[in-house]
Amino acid sequence: MNSVGETCTELKREYDQCFNRWFAEHFLKGDRSEDPLPLTALSRTSACVQKAIRDKDILWTESTLMEPNKERPS
Amino acid sequence: MVKYFCCAGLLKTTWDQVCIAFWQRYPNPYSNHVLTEDIIFREVTPQNCLVSRRLLTKTSRAPRWMERYLPKQMSSSAYIIEDSIVDPQSRTMTTLTWNISHARLMSVKERCEYRINPENGSWTEIMREAWISSNVYGLSRAIQEFGLARFKTSVTKTMKGFEYVLAKMQGETPSRTLAETATERARETALAAKEKAKDLASQAKKKQYV
Repeated sequence: MNSVGETCTELKREYDQCFNRWFAEHFLKGDRSEDPLPLTALSRTSACVQKAIRDKDILWTESTLMEPNKERPS
Repeated sequence: MVKYFCCAGLLKTTWDQVCIAFWQRYPNPYSNHVLTEDIIFREVTPQNCLVSRRLLTKTSRAPRWMERYLPKQMSSSAYIIEDSIVDPQSRTMTTLTWNISHARLMSVKERCEYRINPENGSWTEIMREAWISSNVYGLSRAIQEFGLARFKTSVTKTMKGFEYVLAKMQGETPSRTLAETATERARETALAAKEKAKDLASQAKKKQYV
């Protein structure tokens, strides 16, 4: 899948591969010791994506990460 | 006024497989409207949950009747934020998705919870809820109705896409024979073509009636 920043797609795919392996082989199996979340690859991709987000003027109100119980119909 | 919708779904695959597929489900033959996806935040919490925020770009075409109320230069794509928490201890995945583009016109917020099916431990059930609202004076009801109808169509596509990706993931195991793989490929191609034809037909139909 492509990245929002055309130049970030290659980095993103590398990261995705790295993450998918970690997720299936370590995270879901409860193995935290050997292989931590592949952060280095993510930070490289993030820098590229953040620049694309700024260049494209994608704006939104930064909210705290999901609070599932907050959005209930009254 | 907010329109509320909820429905349950079932995937006949284990919760682990569904979670793995969740991160790999684009592209699939039912996701032609999804243009880009990016992780913009991700961490493992002290409680060992994986928290992620994803930015998606999707095409968003308004129906003809709505177009005259929209700004002339309105972009045909929309940005969507999808937050998620995967809790491997309780085997739950919760997602919260909402649009950040055109949100005054129509805001769609969706919450999904993926759990192990209590009747069959190797299946996964999905509880889906959605809130659809619009702030356009005089048109909010019509826009919400349109939003709900489109949301329901997209749920069907999401589930089909999921099933496709899951089948593909399982199809890649070495136990498959070549003949089976070939049949699968042929089916995929036929499926994609059928979906494309359906899309074209529905677009043509819409054009006729609007």
